Amino acid sequence: MTNSTNWITVCQESDLVANSGVCALINEQQIALFKVKNAGQEQLFAISNWDPIGEANVLYRGLLCSVGDTVAVASPLYKQRFCLSSGTCLDSDDVTIKVYPIRLENQAVQLQVSQ
Amino acid sequence: MSTSAQATNSQLRIVVVGNGMVGHHFVDQLIEHNTSVGADNSALHISVLSAEPRLAYDRVHLSEFFSGKSADELALTTPEYYQQHKIDYKLNAAVTHIDKVAKTVTTVQGEVLSYNKLILATGSYPFVPPIPGNDQPHCLVYRTIEDLEAISASSKVSKIGVVVGGGLLGLEAANALKEAGLETHVVEFAPQLMAVQVDGGGGRLLRSKIEALGVKVHTQKATQTIEAGDVCRYKMCFADGSFLETDMILFSAGIRPQDKLAREFDIAIGERGGIVVDNHCQTNIDDIYAIGECALWNNFIFGLVAPGYTMARVAAAHILGGDQTFLGADMSTKLKLMGVEVGSIGDAHAKTAGALCYTYENQASAVYKKMVVDSSKKKLIGAVLVGDTSDYDTLLQYALNGIDLPEHPEALILPASGGAKPGLGADALPATATICSCHNVSKGDIIAAFDGGACSLSDIKSCTKASSGCGGCSALLKSVCDAELSKRGVEVKKDICEHFAYSRQELFHLVKVGKLQTFDELLTKHGKGLGCEVCKPAAANILASVWNEFILKPDHVSLQDTNDTYLGNMQKDGTYSIIPRIAGGEITPDKLIVLGQVGKKYNLYTKITGGQRIDLFGARVDQLPEIWKILIDAGFETGHAYAKSLRTVKSCVGSTWCRYGVQDSVGQAIELENRYKGLRSPHKLKFAVSGCTRECAEAQSKDIGIIATENGWNLYVCGNGGMKPRHADLFATDLDTETLVKYIDRVLMFYVRTADRLQRTSVWMENLEGGLEYLKQVVIEDSLGLGAELESQMQVVVDAYQCEWKTAIENEESRKRFRQFVNSDKADTNIVFVEERQQIRPATPEEKASFTQQQQAKRIAVELV
Repeated sequence: MTNSTNWITVCQESDLVANSGVCALINEQQIALFKVKNAGQEQLFAISNWDPIGEANVLYRGLLCSVGDTVAVASPLYKQRFCLSSGTCLDSDDVTIKVYPIRLENQAVQLQVSQ
Repeated sequence: MSTSAQATNSQLRIVVVGNGMVGHHFVDQLIEHNTSVGADNSALHISVLSAEPRLAYDRVHLSEFFSGKSADELALTTPEYYQQHKIDYKLNAAVTHIDKVAKTVTTVQGEVLSYNKLILATGSYPFVPPIPGNDQPHCLVYRTIEDLEAISASSKVSKIGVVVGGGLLGLEAANALKEAGLETHVVEFAPQLMAVQVDGGGGRLLRSKIEALGVKVHTQKATQTIEAGDVCRYKMCFADGSFLETDMILFSAGIRPQDKLAREFDIAIGERGGIVVDNHCQTNIDDIYAIGECALWNNFIFGLVAPGYTMARVAAAHILGGDQTFLGADMSTKLKLMGVEVGSIGDAHAKTAGALCYTYENQASAVYKKMVVDSSKKKLIGAVLVGDTSDYDTLLQYALNGIDLPEHPEALILPASGGAKPGLGADALPATATICSCHNVSKGDIIAAFDGGACSLSDIKSCTKASSGCGGCSALLKSVCDAELSKRGVEVKKDICEHFAYSRQELFHLVKVGKLQTFDELLTKHGKGLGCEVCKPAAANILASVWNEFILKPDHVSLQDTNDTYLGNMQKDGTYSIIPRIAGGEITPDKLIVLGQVGKKYNLYTKITGGQRIDLFGARVDQLPEIWKILIDAGFETGHAYAKSLRTVKSCVGSTWCRYGVQDSVGQAIELENRYKGLRSPHKLKFAVSGCTRECAEAQSKDIGIIATENGWNLYVCGNGGMKPRHADLFATDLDTETLVKYIDRVLMFYVRTADRLQRTSVWMENLEGGLEYLKQVVIEDSLGLGAELESQMQVVVDAYQCEWKTAIENEESRKRFRQFVNSDKADTNIVFVEERQQIRPATPEEKASFTQQQQAKRIAVELV
């Protein structure tokens, strides 16, 4: 595969749950998708579903939280928080997870995944 | 490994020999001084020479190496820190030569360093008694990380281990051997353990406690030879003709000052060793200092870290032109040896002329306490505590500050009966009182730090370093800080998180009075930001306690912890466990068969819980709804094992079957479980009902415990098992069922309203001002006039009960949540099980890796075909 800029439709907007997460499977990669309502705006985030600390595919089942202006998800296993826009772990300096570009096109949720 | 920073001619060259705790503390003092004057133009050039392969580490907590702490975690500093502060350090660099005239030292590598000031901080070495055979393999000592590594290696090929020496370090070492799984013996020459710190009575109790832990103690044994053993590796032959066979021997028979350099190069040493120092820690040679365990002051070696730190500060101050002096140190200690608390203060053996003793011994509870007072009976001069050191801080303050004893000093060590103990509040301490002896922080220093802008306990810790040494003063430090803060009118903050400036109790009130039904309303009106993993579940819990709506309603679903969201307990691999309610532990054979069939069909791991239920493990999130459909069709309902709510009401078989039972405990348990099931509370709730005083249901370890009597029911409240077990308190006796339920309604609803987040009933009650008596007034005497309201609030919750799983599987939207992927029906490939004892268990990471390799190999094989 050479084209790495394609946007792939993964699901419909109605599949997402407000202020919570769901998980999509793309090329055998598990990606957690979040819809955050913030001050009347809706924001979408996509991060790896793998919790590198708990070592399980569970991040979509975590609780969303704000830490100052940062929006993060707390792992349901051991509660470490991961920033949804950068993937950095707020509770452990040396851990970062992958984040993916995500957008909404006519109610279709699209991800940009490098092949 | 070494760093080098060239000294300039104008700099004062300081060479520190040894980088143990004290040597490092000395360097730290100089770094602090440098920082205050600006490191770049420092007038000091500091070199550190360590004979060990690593920089300073925490020898006080060395035994934690065996409970899993790594060498890095024990480290007190890092190479980066030394480099950053331009400390020129060399490891594995023992000093072999001192030239006092040319003022140089030579390392084992032959490197020569010149000094203006030389600090000897060489510490001590373990004393190994001169017993023939003491130099064989598996005859070890306990001092450095390398020693511990050797012990660890030896214990892998040994079954029995002996520690020679029953002092403080010896018992630490024995603990290490026990942790390593060896049959452990302690051999002591003296008639008792810890003869230096503890008197005969305390020693006897200490021995029985340590023997109860499985360590065999042999006193009055002088080892004469170590020979080859008959059944073990070695045989230790004692002077009295007896012998002991063992695979390894650990010598911990005291320490000796490491004064070899001083001896060889004519620096004055004491008759029995130790480098003689004056009040400034100077030796008899100009510009050479000695500090820590190698130094002999007033013919005394100080084998504790706190006096060593004081010496380091005194020497540093003297070099920098200050005028502090070392005038001896308090050798009091408090520690926990193998879980046994031991404390020793001052003149523990009452050797002072005219000294008088007060002794309290409770053999039933294994507690021994002794106070030694002066002849005037006004001042405390010593104490011994074994089994319970809770009085240590107070006694130490009396002793160190010469505070006059109260009229009946014995009350200080006697158990409080009824009235409170004559406490020594933080306010009673003089400003000179030492709070932290490791870092020499007095109450006055703490007050000065508050004056200087510190506003919390953690500020005080970071700016004074108090409580960062041995940590023994942490409770005292907190009470001094709390007292000081409240004096300054600072309220201790109880905010639940950054999004709400309220405690849980206040949030509960806001929800109830404001009739708020959703988190959004609560956040908009009283909070800020988006909420977090702390306030969201707390709010969900409060909303459920007040309104008891379906927790997966769209308004609430994003607030729930994963266990509540998926109505199951998440396990380490992301699968869930399923626990249907089995009220009172009573279950029909048909229902048991259904559980068996479900377990078999879905290949679940099955286990009986402590609460008389059955737990099915290993269900994937997408399997949960169909499994629950089967269970609900068979008459089961959710067990709320995932929730902060009532778990189980455990019961014994009761009067229906049991020859001794006096009431129907099973029937009562089922009634109560069905009444309170689904009540969301600040933490989980456990009940039990026993049918007679034999108490087979263990009701006194529960939040609500009920024990049958001839005349009705005795109610116990606020007990719990777990990490900090607490027996429930007897609340009311011989109640009829109606009154019993009324009281439970009131206790629980009062708890739900006023407790902190994740606060069990036990801690909640202990924090209520007035405790149990107050709770009785509120519930039994209705002193707040809240009784009827609490009962009707409970009735609202009881009436609104629904089986959450039934609602969830009947609701299309809720059911959609139970899938791993929105765009695929595949399962999570990371969930892999292996078989153990005829059931599944999660695969370890190594097992998963080999499984993945096999899968790949198969795939490749298929592609090749």
